[in-house]
Amino acid sequence: MGKLVDWIDERIPMSKTMKIHVTEYPAPKNFNVWYIFGSLAMLVLVNQILTGIWLTMNYVPTADGAFRSVEYIMRDVEFGWLLRYMHSTGASAFFVVVYLHMFRGMMYGSYQKPRELIWIFGMLIFLVLMAEAFMGYLLPWGQMSYWGAQVIISLFGAIPWIGDDLTLWIRGDYVISGATLNRFFALHVIALPLVLVILVFLHIVALHEVGSNNPEGISIKKKKNSVPDEEKPKFKFHHRFTSKYDIVDAIPFYPYYVVKDIFWVGIFLFFFSYVIFFNPAMGGFFLEPPNFEAANPLKTPEHIAPVWYFTPFYAILRAVPDKLMGVLLMFGAIVFLFLLPWLDRSKVRSIRYRSTFHKVNLTVFVISFIVLGYLGVKPVTEVYTFLARLFTFLYFAFFILLWFYSKNEKTKPVPERITK
Amino acid sequence: MSNAPVDKGRRRFLTVATSVVGAAGAVGVAVPFIASWNPSERAKNAGAPVEVNIGKAEPGQLIRVEWRGQPVWIVRRTPEMLESLSLVEDRLRDPNSEEPQQPEYAENQYRSRRKEYFVAVGICTHLGCSPQYLENEFAEQVEGVNAGFFCPCHGSRFDIAGRVFAGVPAPYNLVVPPHYYLDDENIRIGEDGEQA
Repeated sequence: MGKLVDWIDERIPMSKTMKIHVTEYPAPKNFNVWYIFGSLAMLVLVNQILTGIWLTMNYVPTADGAFRSVEYIMRDVEFGWLLRYMHSTGASAFFVVVYLHMFRGMMYGSYQKPRELIWIFGMLIFLVLMAEAFMGYLLPWGQMSYWGAQVIISLFGAIPWIGDDLTLWIRGDYVISGATLNRFFALHVIALPLVLVILVFLHIVALHEVGSNNPEGISIKKKKNSVPDEEKPKFKFHHRFTSKYDIVDAIPFYPYYVVKDIFWVGIFLFFFSYVIFFNPAMGGFFLEPPNFEAANPLKTPEHIAPVWYFTPFYAILRAVPDKLMGVLLMFGAIVFLFLLPWLDRSKVRSIRYRSTFHKVNLTVFVISFIVLGYLGVKPVTEVYTFLARLFTFLYFAFFILLWFYSKNEKTKPVPERITK
Repeated sequence: MSNAPVDKGRRRFLTVATSVVGAAGAVGVAVPFIASWNPSERAKNAGAPVEVNIGKAEPGQLIRVEWRGQPVWIVRRTPEMLESLSLVEDRLRDPNSEEPQQPEYAENQYRSRRKEYFVAVGICTHLGCSPQYLENEFAEQVEGVNAGFFCPCHGSRFDIAGRVFAGVPAPYNLVVPPHYYLDDENIRIGEDGEQA
């Protein structure tokens, strides 16, 4: 065995990579439960890729065959129902863990210098994930697939001058048709997953270059030779990390966080299995009732609502009476998230040491996001429109206010070390 | 190997020239990939005009046909419906059809060639849902008007000539497709015809 490992190591840096990124990688010792969602997102990604590949083995990407082939998978293919429910539930689970993962980053200032690129890669992952989910949702070719896609593609029609030609080009037909379905299939199963995996790789490379943040928002890298030996952790970390800095308050990723993540994977699978086996439609939120009816281009369903993970942005779109402005504001909601590392000018990362005003601001932001998500599934009424406008305003106010107060924010003193 | 001195100017010229040719090649290669997303010849053929017999339409009835895969409505309007057009004009966004949402011959109050028949693409100009035809219950949406179109997706409202009401998400009136009458009972959708 040792000989085989030596043979490989002489040809590819296997053991070295393992040490740098797993067994001798220093992670802050104070990670709490918020730090499990990155690992969980990886788990869900693997689930999506695996079940997705298996689904393509029976799925037929044509306007005539798509709906029927999904029924076929559900009824006649052995365990086809399970593979499909794992995939459809996985899509929603992906957004659950990604939203929580993003909130963790916002809470502890993980996007701040020097981790801006980790955040940017993360946001790109989020963007690709939304495209992936949107295109995947067309594939069952149900009523909601069809009309949901109609609404989203029409968004591009709001762009002045080229709008109409652009939507025609995206659809490949005068309406959404088999041509659209086929290209979305290609993008959903090949192009976007490829991009997604590359972005996840870059996200982790960037993370391991600067090291993880932690709930205290304090660096575990201290100036070389500034820490007495008895205060250094009793673990062996790779010299790549220790040669430039004194590493304090850290534990190796393996076995400590691997074991912790596995424990939480168990808890996660408990909920995941509940949905798959007992409530795969999740009350119409994970799989919408109109989608159990085949797509009909001549009949719009009574009420079109996107899947829950798009609803906050959808509510923003609907809140604006002008089409182009609505589309701009909706994309703006995501652009502002991209800019977060530069909008937040505070030197203090963790919410634990930031001002009460910041805590309130972040809380209002989270409430706005949730309320907008709720409004996005509701039909349009006067009261709901008013609320959507109010919470859209509060959503954007978070970023604007942050930029103003963070420069000279009244923060609490930050300790030197995580624990001492 | 030659010992001649490096001619920097010549080297830079060659680098730039190679890059430009390479970039042009890359653009050329991109063309088929991008163009292949345009509607195919088959899709374009499927966009041919359709003929509809309207002889059996009752007053107030809506006939739904498919053209280019889109729902096209033909509504035979009652005198009461036609009268309602004048009542709502102050509440409309574009009562005089100034936006290019119709052929020239439909740039009138009725937005049609013949007053009695209204022809429109049944797709909301907001985000492409198909609005509902409310023959008698439109008063719930707009006071004092019995008939109109209501989009259930985002609550846009249109009068019985497809003109959009102010204060709803849809920016424009419904699209009137090119059409002409072959005779009193037959209509052709998708072409302007000679009468235009």
